[in-house]
Amino acid sequence: MALIGIVLVALPFALSQAGTAWVRITNLAILFTLLALGLNIVVGFAGLLDLGYVAFYAVGAYAYALLASPHFGLHLPFWVILPIGAAVAALFGVLLGAPTLKLRGDYLAIVTLGFGEIVRIFLNNLARPVNITNGPQGITGIDPFSISGVSFAKTDTFMGAMISGPMKYYWFLLVVLVAVIAINLRLQNSRIGRAWEAVREDETAARAMGIDTTQIKLLAFAMGASFGGIAGGLFAAIQGFISPESFVLVESIMVVAMVVLGGMGNIWGVILGALLLSFVPEILRYTVEPLQKAVFGRMIVEPEVLRMLIFGFALVLVMLFRPAGLLPSAVRKRELAERKA
Amino acid sequence: MSLLEVKGLEVRYGGIRAVKGVDLAVGEGELVCLIGANGAGKTSILKALCGMQPSAAGTVSYAGKPINGVPSFRLVRDGLVLVPEGRGIFGQLTVAENLAMGAFARNDSGEVARDLKRMQGLFPRLAERSGQSAGTLSGGEQQMLALGRALMSKPRLLLLDEPSMGLAPLMVAKIFEVVRRIASEGVTILLVEQNARMALEAASRAYVMESGSITLAGDAKDLLADPRVREAYLGEEAA
Repeated sequence: MALIGIVLVALPFALSQAGTAWVRITNLAILFTLLALGLNIVVGFAGLLDLGYVAFYAVGAYAYALLASPHFGLHLPFWVILPIGAAVAALFGVLLGAPTLKLRGDYLAIVTLGFGEIVRIFLNNLARPVNITNGPQGITGIDPFSISGVSFAKTDTFMGAMISGPMKYYWFLLVVLVAVIAINLRLQNSRIGRAWEAVREDETAARAMGIDTTQIKLLAFAMGASFGGIAGGLFAAIQGFISPESFVLVESIMVVAMVVLGGMGNIWGVILGALLLSFVPEILRYTVEPLQKAVFGRMIVEPEVLRMLIFGFALVLVMLFRPAGLLPSAVRKRELAERKA
Repeated sequence: MSLLEVKGLEVRYGGIRAVKGVDLAVGEGELVCLIGANGAGKTSILKALCGMQPSAAGTVSYAGKPINGVPSFRLVRDGLVLVPEGRGIFGQLTVAENLAMGAFARNDSGEVARDLKRMQGLFPRLAERSGQSAGTLSGGEQQMLALGRALMSKPRLLLLDEPSMGLAPLMVAKIFEVVRRIASEGVTILLVEQNARMALEAASRAYVMESGSITLAGDAKDLLADPRVREAYLGEEAA
């Protein structure tokens, strides 16, 4: 445990040997892990399929961008905005949850998909008559994090070691990630976690157990959304620029794929899924091109094309051979064992 | 003063009146059954009583208080518990987890642990299979589990919706044995059944329903001897 901790803390020094780009890639991977863990609450714990999850990511990102950029001339510190972003995203979660309480499965998926698109289209068009989101141009010049005057955007030297901006964000993200994992683990074994389990299994029976199913489902939407909102705020600060283009349907699907591939409802599985789907494409990007040049002397397949091909193939393989995900949750494992029996 | 009192209850699904002004009462400690054919409105009454289906008219009072419109999760906390038709167990969870879920609304963990022990005594079959997922149990065992899970919520009034549905005769007898035992421990029971003979033999009083209305009511023994009941529900030729 302590060893893993040391490795994780020291990781950016090793990564920056390979280039600062790799620290950035790692940061994005952690952001996606946060998203996947948030979505896992909704999909894995409560069994509510949400295909518009990226909307909450967008809400958190825009909340941060609007409150810390020259766009409105507001420059609030990050520790004020991140909770605001989480709260606003939670509100949007309830906004999505309330009208869809009676929907299940495919029907819920369709409505959530629409919700994600509505949020994106609003962001694209809320530039007139009053310019709120600056439309498709997005918002630029977003403030980076800064703790007592130390900006996360600049490189500092500390005890002879070069500490770049992405490295600072990495450590911050690591702390957030550990906190989110801890919250998830606690939730799973709590009263609330058991109530979600009951709702996922049989809603009528859950009500007959004395569970307020309305409240418990809204809670799942709100909690999942708030994690998305925090990830969004972090994303805005790290990138310094956001536009509606970052919050398209494909991103939602990607996060769902991470959850499903890793193992719905299993926190460690979800983390594994998120890291795999974040890193493998990047590794391909850096290996496919030189490899092809070395073997064929020229590029035959673009890494981007290959990425989708491998991604699709991997999903098919996982669904065939490990239908409950790479690290299935105890309940799903049982479910599948029974179906075979 | 009855524990449960229903006056002029109506349940509607769109334009269809499934329950047309029903009066009934269940006294504390009684085992009362409600029998009738398929589609007579028995399940609709139970659903309306426990807050899972809104009532269109009439009043329902439980323990002296009106409970129209009170959501079911709150009624469970006051001891009004439904065992739904078709059992509604959590198939992917283990037997033990199902039983624990029954105590969801309680916060007296010490007593919950004691009640879990009690369930093992009451249902030895379930104790043997406590680590197995509930979906793999036989129909009768699942019904036992549904009963045990309901008991875990410490009911004062138990609404049982066709506990004998789809079970072999031997299992039906076992289920009724358990129902009687629960009743003898002081839990008030309103039992809805299609198996009229078993229900009438177990209950002290009974109501007979036909297309949304109560047509007969009285002591279970009298109804068991009533020629109309014998002909319509016990499959005997009229003399």
